[in-house]
Amino acid sequence: MESRRRNEFFVNLRRWFLLPSWLWMGVLFAAPFAIVLAYSFLTPGVYGGVNPPWTAESYRRLIDPVYLWILLRSFVLALAATGLCLLFAYPAALFISRAGRRKNLYLQLVILPFWTSFLVRTYAWMFLLRDTGLINTVLESLGIIHHPLPLLYNDGAVLLGLVYGYLPFMVLPIYATLERLDPTLAEAAADLGARPWATLFRVLIPLSKPGIVAGCVLVFIPSLGAYLTPDLLGGGRTVMIGNLVQNQFTTARDWSFGSAASIVLMLLVTALLWIFLRRQSEPLA
Amino acid sequence: MNPILELRVLVKHYAGQRAVDGISLSIPAGGFFSLLGPSGCGKTTTLRLIAGFEQPTSGEVLLGGEVVNDRRPYERNVSTVFQSYALFPHLTAQQNVEFGLRRRRCTDIAERVRQAIELVGLTGKESRRPAQLSGGERQRVALARSLVLQPDVLLLDEPLAALDPKLRQQMRLELKAMQRRIGITFLLVTHDQAEALSMSTALAVMNQGRIEQTGSPEELYLRPRTAFVAGFLGGVNWIGPVGVRPESTRISRQPPANGARSQPAVVTGVVFLGDCIQVLARLISGEEAVVPVPRGEASFAAGDAVHLSWNPADEMSFL
Amino acid sequence: MKRWLAAYAVVFYAFLHLPLVTLAVFSFNSSRFTVWQHFSFDWYRAILHDPQLLEATRNSVLIAIVATVISVSAGTLCAYGLWKRGSRLLTGSLYLSLVTPEIVTGVSLLALFQWAFRWFHWQLGIYTVVLAHVAFSIAYVVIVVSARLRTIGPSLEEAALDLGANEWQAFYYVTLPALLPGILAAALLALTVSFDDYVITSMVAGVDSQTLPMVIYAMARRGSSPVINAISALITVFFGALILISEKVRAA
Repeated sequence: MESRRRNEFFVNLRRWFLLPSWLWMGVLFAAPFAIVLAYSFLTPGVYGGVNPPWTAESYRRLIDPVYLWILLRSFVLALAATGLCLLFAYPAALFISRAGRRKNLYLQLVILPFWTSFLVRTYAWMFLLRDTGLINTVLESLGIIHHPLPLLYNDGAVLLGLVYGYLPFMVLPIYATLERLDPTLAEAAADLGARPWATLFRVLIPLSKPGIVAGCVLVFIPSLGAYLTPDLLGGGRTVMIGNLVQNQFTTARDWSFGSAASIVLMLLVTALLWIFLRRQSEPLA
Repeated sequence: MNPILELRVLVKHYAGQRAVDGISLSIPAGGFFSLLGPSGCGKTTTLRLIAGFEQPTSGEVLLGGEVVNDRRPYERNVSTVFQSYALFPHLTAQQNVEFGLRRRRCTDIAERVRQAIELVGLTGKESRRPAQLSGGERQRVALARSLVLQPDVLLLDEPLAALDPKLRQQMRLELKAMQRRIGITFLLVTHDQAEALSMSTALAVMNQGRIEQTGSPEELYLRPRTAFVAGFLGGVNWIGPVGVRPESTRISRQPPANGARSQPAVVTGVVFLGDCIQVLARLISGEEAVVPVPRGEASFAAGDAVHLSWNPADEMSFL
Repeated sequence: MKRWLAAYAVVFYAFLHLPLVTLAVFSFNSSRFTVWQHFSFDWYRAILHDPQLLEATRNSVLIAIVATVISVSAGTLCAYGLWKRGSRLLTGSLYLSLVTPEIVTGVSLLALFQWAFRWFHWQLGIYTVVLAHVAFSIAYVVIVVSARLRTIGPSLEEAALDLGANEWQAFYYVTLPALLPGILAAALLALTVSFDDYVITSMVAGVDSQTLPMVIYAMARRGSSPVINAISALITVFFGALILISEKVRAA
């Protein structure tokens, strides 16, 4: 039957639906990684680029205290950003989940700034924090200070930038988990004699753990690999792993070392993700 | 006369599980047939095998005498009304109903669609999208969409499960009347025994992938062949090896005068249900029996010594 | 406790929105310092007179559109293919590409292009940016479209088959139209992500293929003209409006 052959053709055609994606992922994801992996085990050339012989020298250089310090600093900053995000986001998520009819509106108000440009949002803090920025200008004009405060180009500014940038990533999962909780649980706790704060700490927070964990992962991982935030808000002073990688591939022209640092960063990120996924039953999306 | 639908030793395995375990069925044309059983018994899988969404591991599906195992769903003249109705959200009710006819490139689409919509009572609402229709209305669109194609068999997968109780009662009568009017064979899958008993001309009770019994509603209810069928279709008072329907059980303070069989028991509770009173009594064997008693007849209290009696003709004994 | 939460919410939302609002307000300040002088459109006018800025914007728009078309097409087919038959490897690598830090994606693509150029005598340019943007957008598209597919469920397609449509007709007449809201949402996501990208773009762009984020970055680094305030305000309003419109459409 002609129609049967046509149908079989289409059923088989569906197998080819995945082909473009295999192609793209193969060429634009797997191949680049393979190249970077290879580069990390080669020797840097004089004018950039890499040459044989194969060596693990770049990895050995990473163990230098200077670079371990950068690694540690990235970890600490990411951890601090995650902690602060959790602290700031949880009450907000709680507020939204109890907002009744206006829930969607408040949720949109959280998502909206996130959808505009990340670059612009980072620049906004430069505008506010720098020596001639708004905060210093206001404080000086009020007579509270006489010299501008060094608010920009330090770890604190970077931390602020990270928290500001990734706050919605913490609000949304926590809100989603709170939403799914049985609303009568809080009432039951109150019925059994628990005052509001006790209910919060003994009932709500433990039950919203999945959302908290998801939010922490969603903030920690990008914070660890951050580049733009420490670059703009930290000046040259706050060097995180991301900055190190970028520097090696541009100014320092040491692609081998940069590749090694990239691989280490990727391993860290992948390890964290794997640990997280093992504990989850639902997919990230 | 060829049965319109026949299943021959149909088997479907999934990863070690026997969802359908050797079913044989023969359904004559023009009736209202039900597959009744608890969830997980394989009735929905059977439906999907008939429709063509799954391939049987072994066995045959025959439509109008022809083996259709190899045919895709669009090559079989059966149509399914899904439990979720599966209406196409981007089309209006009218366009939904037209869908199958358009694929067949029929010529008198408008007229046939109009008739189908009239049949299900949706005239005036054709240009609404599914999102703008109520649950009951959506079901009617699903019915019209399938019926307009005049299938040999209409398959219905728990069609009344999503409706509220009042609407469910009403739809039972409507569906039965509809089937009788248009004469197409209906095959209904459900776990609700009241539904199956009230609507079907014949039904089959399934359990764990197998058919326990087939027959008319009266046959299955009054003369169940297995304990499972008896228990699934209604209440059972177990008096020793014999089962008696609660409504066939009599309760009295004195042993019955005529030659009816009886057993002594003690009343353990009395429940007021509004239209009747349920007396719970425990037999010497330890079994609990339930006896409905009309309001106004002799009243009982917990602790009373009574006799339960029944007509031997009402006994159900099993293989 | 409700009062505490409400008070906190005010502070929270202020923190979230004030920086951008401040930028927008000062974009109308005629002075280039953070002391308010008087209302003015000067900086907006300056945008129109800056050829570098305009060309960068043109590039960004072009790249975003082309990259979105490609990634939405490939991504939709991928989501549909994965739905029919999952592939742990493909799904895993898609998720991994989402989680990879941007700088790592950027340098690895740069490494790829430089290695490939040994054989081809090509240069970095707009097309390398487009390729890079497709690389990181596909995962987003797959996620959004997959979510939509899961909402629709398999029964829509089965119903189509049941009513007489073959596999192709079912996909074309039923699945694709039902998928459209998801595809549009994915397209919007891909457009936004592409238009805003700095890190990856900066690594793989050629000398003459500047994008808007790259120009903004350079301005921010120099800390110079308040034109950047005006651009920021425009971008914020543009994206904000886009998101609001898409929400309205989705609710419809």
